[in-house]
Amino acid sequence: MTTLAENKFSIDDFMAAERAKDLLRFSTAGSVDDGKSTLIGRLLYDTQSVYEDQVRSIEGKGTTAPGQIDFALLTDGLRAEREQGITIDVAYRYFSTARRKFIIADTPGHEQYTRNMATGSSTADATIVLIDASKGVLPQSRRHAYIASLLRVRYVLVAVNKMDLAGYSEERFGAIKADFSALLDQIAADTGNPVEARFIPVSALAGDNVVHRSEAMPWYSGPSLLELLESLPPAQQSNSAPLRFAVQRVLRPDASFRGFAGQVASGTVRPGDAITALPSGRTARIARIVTFDGDLEQAHAPLSVTLVLDREIDISRGDLIVSSDAPATVATEIEASLVWMDAQELAPNRRYLLKHASHVVPAVVARIHHRVPLESQSDPTAQSLAHTEATTLGMNQIGVVSLRLLRPIAVDRYGDNRLTGAFILIDQASNSTVAAGMIRAAVALPQSQAAQLLQTAITGPVTSRERFVRWGHRGGVLALTGSIAIADQVERVLFQEGMVTLRLETPAGEGAHFREEAASLDQTAHCAAQAGLLVLIVTASDERSLIVHAADHQATLSTEDPQRISTEIHALLTEAGMLAQPWRPDYEI
Amino acid sequence: MSVLDIFPESSSQPVAPPAGAPEPAPRLSQPRLSRLSHLRQLEAESIHILREVASEFERPVMLYSIGKDSSVMLRLAQKAFYPAPIPFPLLHIDTGFKFREMIEFRDNMAREVGAELLVWRNEPAIAAGTNPIALDTKRCCGLLKTQALLDGLRHYNFDAAFGGARRDEEKSRAKERIYSFRDGAGQWDPKNQRPELWNLYNARIHPGESIRVFPLSNWTEMDVWQYIHEEKIPVVDLYFAKERPMYVRGESLLPIEQSFVALPGEKPRMVKSRLRSLGCSPCTGAIRSDAGTIPEIIAELLSFRSSERANRVIDHDQEGSMELKKREGYF
Ligand SMILES: Nc1nc2c(ncn2[C@@H]2O[C@H](COP(=O)(O)OP(=O)(O)OP(=O)(O)O)[C@@H](O)[C@H]2O)c(=O)[nH]1
Ligand SMILES: [Mg+2]
Repeated sequence: MTTLAENKFSIDDFMAAERAKDLLRFSTAGSVDDGKSTLIGRLLYDTQSVYEDQVRSIEGKGTTAPGQIDFALLTDGLRAEREQGITIDVAYRYFSTARRKFIIADTPGHEQYTRNMATGSSTADATIVLIDASKGVLPQSRRHAYIASLLRVRYVLVAVNKMDLAGYSEERFGAIKADFSALLDQIAADTGNPVEARFIPVSALAGDNVVHRSEAMPWYSGPSLLELLESLPPAQQSNSAPLRFAVQRVLRPDASFRGFAGQVASGTVRPGDAITALPSGRTARIARIVTFDGDLEQAHAPLSVTLVLDREIDISRGDLIVSSDAPATVATEIEASLVWMDAQELAPNRRYLLKHASHVVPAVVARIHHRVPLESQSDPTAQSLAHTEATTLGMNQIGVVSLRLLRPIAVDRYGDNRLTGAFILIDQASNSTVAAGMIRAAVALPQSQAAQLLQTAITGPVTSRERFVRWGHRGGVLALTGSIAIADQVERVLFQEGMVTLRLETPAGEGAHFREEAASLDQTAHCAAQAGLLVLIVTASDERSLIVHAADHQATLSTEDPQRISTEIHALLTEAGMLAQPWRPDYEI
Repeated sequence: MSVLDIFPESSSQPVAPPAGAPEPAPRLSQPRLSRLSHLRQLEAESIHILREVASEFERPVMLYSIGKDSSVMLRLAQKAFYPAPIPFPLLHIDTGFKFREMIEFRDNMAREVGAELLVWRNEPAIAAGTNPIALDTKRCCGLLKTQALLDGLRHYNFDAAFGGARRDEEKSRAKERIYSFRDGAGQWDPKNQRPELWNLYNARIHPGESIRVFPLSNWTEMDVWQYIHEEKIPVVDLYFAKERPMYVRGESLLPIEQSFVALPGEKPRMVKSRLRSLGCSPCTGAIRSDAGTIPEIIAELLSFRSSERANRVIDHDQEGSMELKKREGYF
């Protein structure tokens, strides 16, 4: 209990000091048991950021020697974590010093939970990669460093931990530093994102160089980890970046007001600014920046505001408002790095939902360029990051892919903008978040084509364009001749990828009746293709293989493997123009 | 070299700083930065979340528990949709054991904000006389809070429910996503949470499933009070110290309410006290305090050695009890 009468607390001074503090988000990374949670627990404990009842609740528990608090228990908050002595999911912790507020994401090291590490690092400005001094650089240290670099975490602090187990040896520290520096260079060369790394020898358990500089390592004269965290340049958005503002919601309380609610992702917006709404390309000027607390003269990232324009233009949720001087790229084809996060592996050509900024569009992975092999190796530092060819990506694997979107969206490169360059993929059947994506390049769609694609009539007959946007393909006829088993697989593969198909069997026999039937079949196929369907005309024979004709193109399939069938059929459909955007009418004879 | 060394000192060329010298300034040239205070950053993040949910779900609802966190969340909802009204109703899960002041405050608040207020009670359990003294607190909470919440959400068919929980409150909450996926029975599976990267939230659910959303995830108790101070947000009077009749049992101060069961011979005393966290009257202890204003509460907070929930009986029944309750569908 405080007696307030006698202490000179001034709320205004206090709030002013609080306002002067900035916010730094950092995460931990590294292999299992390297001491990440222990380090965070120690950091919280030594900065007096934990309450007494919280310390009491963990005393005498955990994996440490009697009398020694197991600091990891301050963050390992799940029962399963305490039982198994490992971290399973991210723990978010908060503390502040006189200079700064910190949001910590303590992430798991176990390979199985790599996606949770990615979750914790995606919003981090800095990451502390831990390396166990007694074990050296491990494969998982490399994987985490790679992911941190891919996510463009700006600062990497490499804490060489458990120095107490390595006799506080300068040589050991130097050797690990050399190994890991080489690795970081290699990673930076591969991801194209240079990281700014700093090495520091610590013992999380004993508290050396965590908050207080240690006496145990006189050969190290640098700052403690906390001092480093306090001195990192603030990683907030630069105001001079081009404006990006994803519309989350249109606010229309009455006929007189129409505002676009969203968060400034980058840049600054002021009344009078010329803006473009993407992907439509419509332009206007900012009339007002509305907030509950009154109109603003300017708003910069990351403020959430409501924009009112000087004229009525058609804008809805999902549109990106950008500065007309420096617009984003409107595209339906993008190249991206993917971190795959689901037990069910990536299925090329299957339709996923892509969530980017404030919209969701159907997308398929049209091509996997390569996979980055980060699997366990006996000597992780010796391995150069040679790329391997891949037909899929499994859980925790990372690769570079091309995606085809069924509707155009406005994007930036992740390297230029962490919010408008990022996306997630969602599996439509399971609803799981299956991948995190970072855009490397986008093929700009000419404005005229984007406008055409976006044109969806609300009344009148349904157009081929609308069908294409919904189904992902144009109409056409495929003639399948040969193995019925392979033909069945082709139909199934197309069905599973969400295509709309119609299967017709050719009549057996000869004569007038046959010719009549064959003619009516042709007519049916023609009608269905004009209506946007993929028509499969199947002619069974005893062949072991299947010949597929599409327009003037042809492919021979001699396998029932769905993955290979998918690849070959997609190549054929592409050649035959059935996956191309519908600038032409559906089906020309 | 692609690994840049931008830091003030480099341990490869150790230069011992002179004793007492200030930290040298970083060498990086600093770009023009947005210097938003951390409260404005938290506010912007929360508003973004509120708008996403309101736009992506069919039937969202805000759980309104009358406490300080709910008060902040409600203000953020007003800000998120201004000048339009809040596009979802408020739902209060009433256990029948809430303080009288809380109920009055709730009704006034909803009227002032112009939001639709729904109240749900587990009437059969209340009629059967469920209370934490006859049952244990765990079973009482299970019936009057968890069961009532699940029934209420199902009754109205809500697919997303905002809660004012913060990650700094408790160590299993520290593990929870902003969009916390719940299966058809409202249960949380902490070992299998959806990845949640950047500010991209996955709102996809199957029928019957739901999402609990925590817009205040990254706020601390201190942030909440500072925001209440800056924004002049009204809070229930019970947060402010006053002479109040209390039963004093050892360290605990037990407020008197209609439901209180005194021990034989026990007499209430007037104690200058307040509540740090609002819950059900039988399970919420008061603290001795002189803090009668928000600045005084903030000053007092700086001196606390115990956590906010230390005065709550319910969280300590069992190791990991909050996690267990959440797995059963609790907030
Ligand atoms: N000797 C010594 N032991 C340590 C040190 N830091 C951590 N440990 C021990 O190493 C073990 C693992 O520590 P954790 O903090 O749980 O490791 P972690 O990196 O968080 O592990 P995951 O989160 O599961 O990846 C525990 O038994 C710790 O007590 C240290 O500096 N010195
Ligand atoms: Mg851990």
